[in-house]
Amino acid sequence: MQLRDKNVIMDEMGIKRALTRIAHEIIERNKGIEDVAVVGIRRRGGPLAQRLAARIEEIEGISVPVGILDITLYRDDLTTLASQPLVHRTEVNFDINGLTIVLVDDVLYTGRTVRAALDALIDLGRPKSIQLAVLIDRGHRELPIKADFIGKNVPTSHLEEIAVRVKEIDSKDEVVIQEIVKT
Amino acid sequence: MGFEQTKDLLGLRELNREDIELILNTALPMKDIIKRDIKKVPTLRGKALATVFYEPSTRTRTSFEIAGKYLSADTVNLTVNTSSVLKGESLRDTIKTIEVMGFDLMVMRHSMSGTPHYVARNTRMRIINAGDGANEHPTQALLDMFSIKEKKGSLDNLKIAIVGDILHSRVARSNIYGLSKFGCEVRVVGPSTLMPPEIEKLGVKRYYNLDEALNGVDVINVLRIQRERQQLGLFPSLDEYADLYMLSPEHLLRAKDDVLVLHPGPMNRGVEISSQLADSNVAVINEQVTNGVAVRMALLFLMMGGAKDEIAN
Repeated sequence: MQLRDKNVIMDEMGIKRALTRIAHEIIERNKGIEDVAVVGIRRRGGPLAQRLAARIEEIEGISVPVGILDITLYRDDLTTLASQPLVHRTEVNFDINGLTIVLVDDVLYTGRTVRAALDALIDLGRPKSIQLAVLIDRGHRELPIKADFIGKNVPTSHLEEIAVRVKEIDSKDEVVIQEIVKT
Repeated sequence: MGFEQTKDLLGLRELNREDIELILNTALPMKDIIKRDIKKVPTLRGKALATVFYEPSTRTRTSFEIAGKYLSADTVNLTVNTSSVLKGESLRDTIKTIEVMGFDLMVMRHSMSGTPHYVARNTRMRIINAGDGANEHPTQALLDMFSIKEKKGSLDNLKIAIVGDILHSRVARSNIYGLSKFGCEVRVVGPSTLMPPEIEKLGVKRYYNLDEALNGVDVINVLRIQRERQQLGLFPSLDEYADLYMLSPEHLLRAKDDVLVLHPGPMNRGVEISSQLADSNVAVINEQVTNGVAVRMALLFLMMGGAKDEIAN
């Protein structure tokens, strides 16, 4: 399957503003950030979680713990994938018991990744609550899951893809709608 | 032929460097799971593995069993001295019986070299060789390599001495095959009666003097003297062996300052390794056991986790 960039729906500034707003919303919703930690879902949720945590620290002057979750071992599609996904380490180096965990991912689509992330997280302990922050919500949910904090709602068709690019991995910040090229 | 394309893990000889790196890298997150409060992931739910050992083993068999359980696979152990083998059932019939019970993977140990290879050709189950005669013991070498990489940061171009009964050692052979793929200089040292002829053909250097072999090495892998395989009288006595080849702290002066000592276990303290050294910081013998579980989890995941089952048939 080949993909072609159709149009840019968020640029560097757009992503920055969205994350700043989400940071404010997280602080407001939780009435401060004590007992709040941010955990990104590998891969692009990782850098986004780091940035959200940095933004929160700028606003509140207190640092929040940041972790990265690898959900490969919890996926529900392992037996149907054409090739084996690589397993990476989960890096949550703090006790999540009793904390409010803000899960962070780049795109919310079917909800299956988030389902796996919830299971992965709960195997690490018993958080007080779990909230979900995503940069893009593109609809088409297959599970009863919704985000608490959304950067941008983007109505899409199944024939399109959303590519979130972040400097840390892709050397630039942008969100692009892609379409499948018929060959 | 790479690991991705093969159905089985029969030896390190057949694997390439990338395969080994994939296994070792996958073992790292697996080791994290072993250290958690909740030591279980749902990954292999609905998969079943059998361990079938035609030779005694405690740690390898237990290690595979718990590795499978941490990944949510169902694991069953067949101990041969209580099974129908004693009633005269042939190997082929035993394997067929296990296969039709629905097992996806079989871990197998046998005293005859090549038995797992024969079985692998005659079953749809994936086979992991857990030791075949004096041929290979790939998962032991993988856990040795994982332990070395963990402490040294990299496997590339290290100098490694393997000490003891090279003749009977499948651990030595698998280590030689694996480490050679990373440009390591592998030296083997032991009494001439326990040294296979033409061992140099595997690309190793042969020594008979322990001190000479240890000059400047990064890692020393001490093999167990397999008392059960010493019926031929290949050395006069355990005492004489210990005089010449038992690794003790003073030997380490020859090696690099940060030398690492491995032993596949079970140890004969005072025969191939001194008790003092076995309990010292340079030896990572207990860590190797933990790493063995992690490496076997990685293998079970890589062999049973994906859609490769479709390719296998």
